[in-house]
Amino acid sequence: MSSPSSTRTASPPRPAPAVTPRVSPAGRPRRAGRRTAWTASGFLAPFAVLFLTMMVAPICYAIYQSFFTVHRAGLFGGAQSTEFAGLSNYADVFRDHDFLASIVRVVLLGCVQVPVMLGLALLLALLMDSRSARLRRTFRLAFFLPYALPGAIAAVMWSFLLAKSLSPFTGPLSHLGIDVDFLSPSWVPVSIGNMITWGWTGYNMLIIYSALQTIPAEVMEAAALDGCTGWRLAWAVKIPLVRPALVLTTVFSIIGTAQLYTEPAVLVGARIPGVSPKFSPIMNTTLGMDLGGQNLAAAQSVVLALLTLVLSFGFLKYTQRKGAMA
Amino acid sequence: MSVIHAGRPTRRAPRGTEIASKVAVNGVLGLMALYTLIPLWWLFVSATKGSGYLYTGAPLWFSHFDLVANVRTVFSFEGGIFSTWLANSALYSLVGATVSTLLSAMAGYALSKFSFRGRESVFNVILASVLIPAPMFALPLFLLMAKLDLTNSYWSVLLPSCVSPFGVYLCRIFAAASVPDELLEAARLDGAGERRTFFRIALPLMAPALVTVFLFQFVGIWNNYLLPSLMLNSPSLQPVTVGLVQWRSEFASGVPPLLSITGAALSLIPLLVAFISLQRYWRNGLTAGAVK
Repeated sequence: MSSPSSTRTASPPRPAPAVTPRVSPAGRPRRAGRRTAWTASGFLAPFAVLFLTMMVAPICYAIYQSFFTVHRAGLFGGAQSTEFAGLSNYADVFRDHDFLASIVRVVLLGCVQVPVMLGLALLLALLMDSRSARLRRTFRLAFFLPYALPGAIAAVMWSFLLAKSLSPFTGPLSHLGIDVDFLSPSWVPVSIGNMITWGWTGYNMLIIYSALQTIPAEVMEAAALDGCTGWRLAWAVKIPLVRPALVLTTVFSIIGTAQLYTEPAVLVGARIPGVSPKFSPIMNTTLGMDLGGQNLAAAQSVVLALLTLVLSFGFLKYTQRKGAMA
Repeated sequence: MSVIHAGRPTRRAPRGTEIASKVAVNGVLGLMALYTLIPLWWLFVSATKGSGYLYTGAPLWFSHFDLVANVRTVFSFEGGIFSTWLANSALYSLVGATVSTLLSAMAGYALSKFSFRGRESVFNVILASVLIPAPMFALPLFLLMAKLDLTNSYWSVLLPSCVSPFGVYLCRIFAAASVPDELLEAARLDGAGERRTFFRIALPLMAPALVTVFLFQFVGIWNNYLLPSLMLNSPSLQPVTVGLVQWRSEFASGVPPLLSITGAALSLIPLLVAFISLQRYWRNGLTAGAVK
């Protein structure tokens, strides 16, 4: 997951508008203003060209495609005609059982996995920040290490690590009388949640931990003088102060869950029978496209992008309102 | 970090509770470290096992140490395709991150240091695109590239990797914070052209922050799987992520599992080196988004 893409706080930090003094030696401000705009667009142009062609154009093309449908005259290719289809592709999207089921599946997965992961990240960050912690550098490196393994390769690793014949976990568990196959259909969502938690807890912990480090020493001194220590200090002082970081990591994780693709796709690629090839919404769109349903896939992409936007914006707005009331 | 801790007043707790809390805190931290490290340890141990011994013996301990032979097999399999994959990953990440950092720096500089009509709207469009995750763009991009017959080429992965709206967002903040207006004005009064002012004055001042942007983008491209797996069919063009997944899926048709395991262990090394050597920049970058 790339994600720095979501590194935004509840209130987007606007750099103070830097007003370029328009006093040029020649003096006339209007000419200077036009010159400024000209120079600025020169600096912006290379990025703008790529941004328009690589991000804006594809989205527009997908929206355009989502309103058309291809009719084939014969079963094997033959004459094709493209027709305007109105919203019928969108109607199909909401009638597609597999697609809807995958959305529900991923939402449920997120509802469990995101709180577990962020709770763990917060707990670890608070512990690292406490006076009792030792070996902070070592722990920080250990927690962050999974992030150095690309998600796809981590999934390859887990596909072996969870396989019954190889796993170092199933043996000891069966000694305890617990017999599990982590790659069986009922366990697959748990295993995928575990892969994400393993890969991203340390990253989120580091963001929260960095925020904890910026709490001014005076605040801590005042709390200590009031006799506020330990868990009470964490709950009443530290957590409220790192709220922006918590909001950030949550938005981040919501977006991350919405784009779930790599882990289940690798498991499907590894021919593990317990994983549906339509596990996540994005897997539905890519699979649909392979089967020739470009227009439907385009409509699905548009619906997904909108859903994600609504979710992450919605959460941002919700926390902003709550923040304002508090 | 130790500065802050040293600055906190230490109210002496009774000795017993202090030891108990130390044990509890470090115990939990240790458990988490086990959780993150055991899978990597398993990966490393398995990569050293002689072929045929993967399924025998203790999963978490060495048996029939044969790391060198395994590594040799990985690099020679299918005509040495693994080194091609690593080289491709390096190419996509280095070129993509370098170009996108430079373009982001220019755009961020323009958005922060010049006032012109429509500046805020431009910035808002860029910000909005940050909130839509990259995989959502992958499929539309593929549809468009397929239409233009550009798929299955270096360009189909390189060009999208050169755009980073998030980089522009960060660069605008960095330019505002680290490039004083007076300095730019002085350079202009001395007769330096706009290009010269940017490359000789603004860019060096922004350099530490640009390392962060570069790292973010580098890791993002290195870890990317969906885009290259959609775009690229020929193994000789694929990055290591797509290649290894391919090997894993050919398990049934005779690619030995040790190959993917050793390959996975090897592909951890480049980023690990990058992280440890550039840790300072990396941490600064993480906080840039969260704290400001």
